[in-house]
Amino acid sequence: MFGLGILSGLLIVPLCGAAFILTLSGEERSVARNARWAALATTIVTFLLSLVAWGRYDATSASFQLVESHAWLTESIRFKLGVDGFSMPLVLLTTFLMPFCIGASWTSIDKRVKEYFVAFLVLETTMIGVFCALDLVLFYLFFEAGLIPMFLIIGIWGGKRRIYASFKFFLYTLLGSVLMLLAIMAMYWHAGTTDIPQLLQHRFPVGMQWWLWLAFFASFAVKMPMWPVHTWLPDAHVEAPTAGSVILAGILLKMGGYGFIRVSLPMLPDASQSFAPLVFALSVVAIIVTSLTAMMQTDIKKLIAYSSVAHMGFVTLGLFTLNEQGIQGALFLMISHGIVSGALFLGVGVVYDRMHTREIAAYGGLVKRMPLYAVAMMVFTMANVGLPGTSGFVGEFLAMMGAFKANPTVAFFSVFGIILSAGYALWLYARVIYGALDKPNLQGILDLDNREKLILAPLVVLTIYYGVHPAPILDVFAPSTEALMASMKAALSTTQTAAAALPLAR
Amino acid sequence: MYHAIVFFPLIGALVAGLFGRYIGAKPSEYVTTACLAFSALISWGVFFDGTDMVRVQVAHWFTAGDLTVDWAFRIDRLTKVMLVVVTSVSTLVHLYSMGYMEEDPHRPRFFAYLSLFTFAMLMLVTADNLVQMFFGWEGVGLASYLLIGFWYEKPSANAAAMKAFIVNRVGDFGFSLGIFLVFVLFGSVAFDGIFPRVAEFKDTTFHFLGYDWNALTLACLLLFMGAMGKSAQFLLHTWLPDAMEGPTPVSALIHAATMVTAGVFMVARLSPLFELAPNALIVVTVIGGITAFFAATVGLVQNDIKRVIAYSTCSQLGYMFVALGVGAYAAGVFHLFTHAFFKALLFLGAGSVIHAMHHEQDMRNMGALRRYIPFTTAMMAIGTLALTGFPFTAGYYSKDAIIEAAYASTRPGHTLAFLCTVIAAFFTSFYSWRLFFLTFEGHARWAGHGAHGHDDHAHAHAAHGTAAVAHQADGAPGHHEGVAHDDKGHDIEPASHSAVEHHDDHHAHMPHESPRVMTIPLAILAFGALFAGVIFKDRFIGEGMDAFWGHALAHGPDNHIMHDMHHVPALVAALPFIMMVLGFALAFWMYIRRPELPGALAAQQPTLYRFLLNKWYFDEIYDRIFVRPAKWLGVVFWKGLDGRVIDGMGPDGISARVVDVTRGVVRLQTGYVYHYAFVMLVGVAALVTWYMMTGAAGGAH
Repeated sequence: MFGLGILSGLLIVPLCGAAFILTLSGEERSVARNARWAALATTIVTFLLSLVAWGRYDATSASFQLVESHAWLTESIRFKLGVDGFSMPLVLLTTFLMPFCIGASWTSIDKRVKEYFVAFLVLETTMIGVFCALDLVLFYLFFEAGLIPMFLIIGIWGGKRRIYASFKFFLYTLLGSVLMLLAIMAMYWHAGTTDIPQLLQHRFPVGMQWWLWLAFFASFAVKMPMWPVHTWLPDAHVEAPTAGSVILAGILLKMGGYGFIRVSLPMLPDASQSFAPLVFALSVVAIIVTSLTAMMQTDIKKLIAYSSVAHMGFVTLGLFTLNEQGIQGALFLMISHGIVSGALFLGVGVVYDRMHTREIAAYGGLVKRMPLYAVAMMVFTMANVGLPGTSGFVGEFLAMMGAFKANPTVAFFSVFGIILSAGYALWLYARVIYGALDKPNLQGILDLDNREKLILAPLVVLTIYYGVHPAPILDVFAPSTEALMASMKAALSTTQTAAAALPLAR
Repeated sequence: MYHAIVFFPLIGALVAGLFGRYIGAKPSEYVTTACLAFSALISWGVFFDGTDMVRVQVAHWFTAGDLTVDWAFRIDRLTKVMLVVVTSVSTLVHLYSMGYMEEDPHRPRFFAYLSLFTFAMLMLVTADNLVQMFFGWEGVGLASYLLIGFWYEKPSANAAAMKAFIVNRVGDFGFSLGIFLVFVLFGSVAFDGIFPRVAEFKDTTFHFLGYDWNALTLACLLLFMGAMGKSAQFLLHTWLPDAMEGPTPVSALIHAATMVTAGVFMVARLSPLFELAPNALIVVTVIGGITAFFAATVGLVQNDIKRVIAYSTCSQLGYMFVALGVGAYAAGVFHLFTHAFFKALLFLGAGSVIHAMHHEQDMRNMGALRRYIPFTTAMMAIGTLALTGFPFTAGYYSKDAIIEAAYASTRPGHTLAFLCTVIAAFFTSFYSWRLFFLTFEGHARWAGHGAHGHDDHAHAHAAHGTAAVAHQADGAPGHHEGVAHDDKGHDIEPASHSAVEHHDDHHAHMPHESPRVMTIPLAILAFGALFAGVIFKDRFIGEGMDAFWGHALAHGPDNHIMHDMHHVPALVAALPFIMMVLGFALAFWMYIRRPELPGALAAQQPTLYRFLLNKWYFDEIYDRIFVRPAKWLGVVFWKGLDGRVIDGMGPDGISARVVDVTRGVVRLQTGYVYHYAFVMLVGVAALVTWYMMTGAAGGAH
């Protein structure tokens, strides 16, 4: 249709929904209601469309699929889309989580409802765009453009300190993105194209790789976020509305990891190998330091935010182990964390909607009045802790195993994460859900209503399902990971032989 | 068939857990218990069939590169032994809980947890690879966490549940690293891929944390760390006594008969690996010996009936590890097997006492119960006889075999282990009979029979000696046994339905015998405690041993321990019996003949007494060196590092400058959106410009 492929459709549908919502007018309450239903319908259609794309995707191949290319800025900077094993699961994760976000915003958003859903749908387009873009300029555009709706969501519909939080978010990401832009320009200058498949074949000189790697790293590390550029995340999470937190933790954090696997590792293999120790060090520090920090938090959302940073430490650790277990583990952890941390934030949203506080001390003994809620949160907490049988385990375990292969000392320190995660997660659970229900204002708290059950139940099921049977996701990563490993191995060995052949040149 | 054994408990757990609130408590109990009974029945059938080893593929779990992990069962003799132990004890505990938990409003949840635990334990013992074993391992940890914290309103129960999970995670730290190392060495985590190739790596070294280790020794030590956590061995034992916060049937099932023996099972399962890592086995021996001794000393002075048995469990697990450490794997597993019967019996008996006393657990408030609950008394007596190794009971065969093996061994560390186990045998006998006498003999010290125990020091007549001195020595009314005390200083086990109501109110009632549904399981376990040794000794450790075990346990060509242990000097063979008699005599003298003695002794040796009463101060030490520093670091990292350093130097510092510049120019919020979009557009523009320029230059070529 109009020469557009299914991936374009994924980008256009949310925009159409947004445009439709913008045209709504009339009485405020009916506009709000229509906007909600329109947004829900749009996200569900998008999800179904992504399932169609998934049906057409051949999971056994490592090449880019569903590719479409349209003329854009110039002849060589094209509007090119496509997916491979790394991006397809992330696209599905995005479209899957969106309806939940709309559902979670159903009653809690009551001002500027129309604008809110427009922002969300635009955000969805940009996120899908990041994962589908096969042109670096397009990638950059989506990567950065996504921040604007997120920025508005935190800044307008956020909590008390939303200005500070959105401001911090802005400063951090600005720094990274400027450097990334420079790096893209340098790549273009050297390779003569911004086409990702072509760049994957291009060999950059080792010296140049270093600078490019650092520039991309600045952007991706902030997005991950890696220690020590993570401090924007707890504030952003705390101030963002529930659905904002879900998207932030579920999808936006994955863009950093996706950037590493899409750009840094395959295009800059020598630099990636050289800088792996740096990444290891930062990852291990993130795992240990932010886990300890998480333990002492007094705000539920902040605690989960810090735990996200720790989990992202496992992701970066796994990616740079440069072996199959590490990389596939890291990728799986990204998907699993998207589901689990999203679910945890939705869970926090449930009690926040009732009590309007996120202070841990304000809760206690919820299990007595909210048994279903307690069960759901137990599942998510255990997945956060990485209990085998939940999706959290597979990724973490593989990432650590890969790390042990690459560097046992690093693995040794990273495994402390499994002790500390049990510490902060169970302590949180004990303080919020267990204990005596003696706070007077909690006496009348109600268990999950039907809307909330509908939101949390699929996530509970998926968390356990992917823990017991992770193959559907893991096997999609496998061909692309293998191809990546092969190309990196080839690149690294030519560099080494070149270095060995020219001893005099030093 | 094997599927049924493992998955029936899961079905029971799901039915009770998901639909318990709709179908009601009684049906939940029946469903779970029936599922378990069925599973136990098949297990015994499997136990007696002769097949050597079967591998049953259930499903594929995951693959990453050359790592393949399956859901699969490995059924050999070791697994079969564990299957009957787990399903039998679990069935009995389910049955018993119907009576014990009768008043609790959350029975479906309780039975769901029990069945879930059983499922996880069965996954553990049937595992065909290390990762599935880890699944079961953590699964039983989860169930243990849920059951210890079953009475979630009690802060002490929550704390104990968390402690159990986290301390076990410390063990899992080692277990995980062990799995990684095994994978790096063997390229496989499946036992079939590991065991045949162990010899290839006998002399491989592995560089780890700055040292060159023997790879197998390192792997075994790391894996053993997991076993230490799960089996509550010295240094990682602190969670087990606190786990007594859970309902008593849980203590019997999880913290005595099954879960805590998972570490023993693991070492036995990996015996082909450990057999070629003699240095790791020395560590196993020494840790086992120390645990046997240490836990027994603490057990001497505890006042809570369940804690005495908990320390006893800890100590007996030490015995099992001693057996494994000296290479007598069969003896270790045999003790695991017999111990399951008599220790479950003791716990369930203690539960019956607690039930009779309306949730009183402090032995100082018991006494003379023999006249009121004669059946329970008889059952406890049988359990005590078996535990102390009275001739021809179950413990007699298995425990003596371990002590003899420790003597007969030639490996370093065996002397220490031998001495520890012999002394521990003496202590075991003493504390077991102390428990028996304090609970069932002497004067009745519960309310309705004169003064209310230790609330009234002035009345501290002879039988109160221990209690009174405990107070004097410690200053406060007994808050030192852990977190589990009410303001009277004794342990309570309040169900969530009635945290306040028992005690004084109930104490007026007479103790009463438990209902049939509780006493029948006791009788069955008592049968096991009496006869499991006689019936099975030939198969486990005697003549029929090789035929019985097949290839399930690896005894290397130079390992003759199972033979040598039958040829120790007569004095050594008699030593455990002598120790038992001495322990009994001392307990009889101190608690029946001269009941004022214990108090006098404690007053005379206050330092030693408090040292033991406070469990060698492990909790206090760990709190100082781990818990508090971790919390302190957390605050420092948060407020100091993130807040002051990173934010102070980074965004806050910069933003302070930026705000100065932009203030008054644009409204903050919208201003930044525009700025942002602007910067981005400038960027794109610059890129396009760049392209045009270079493109033009290219064209000019």
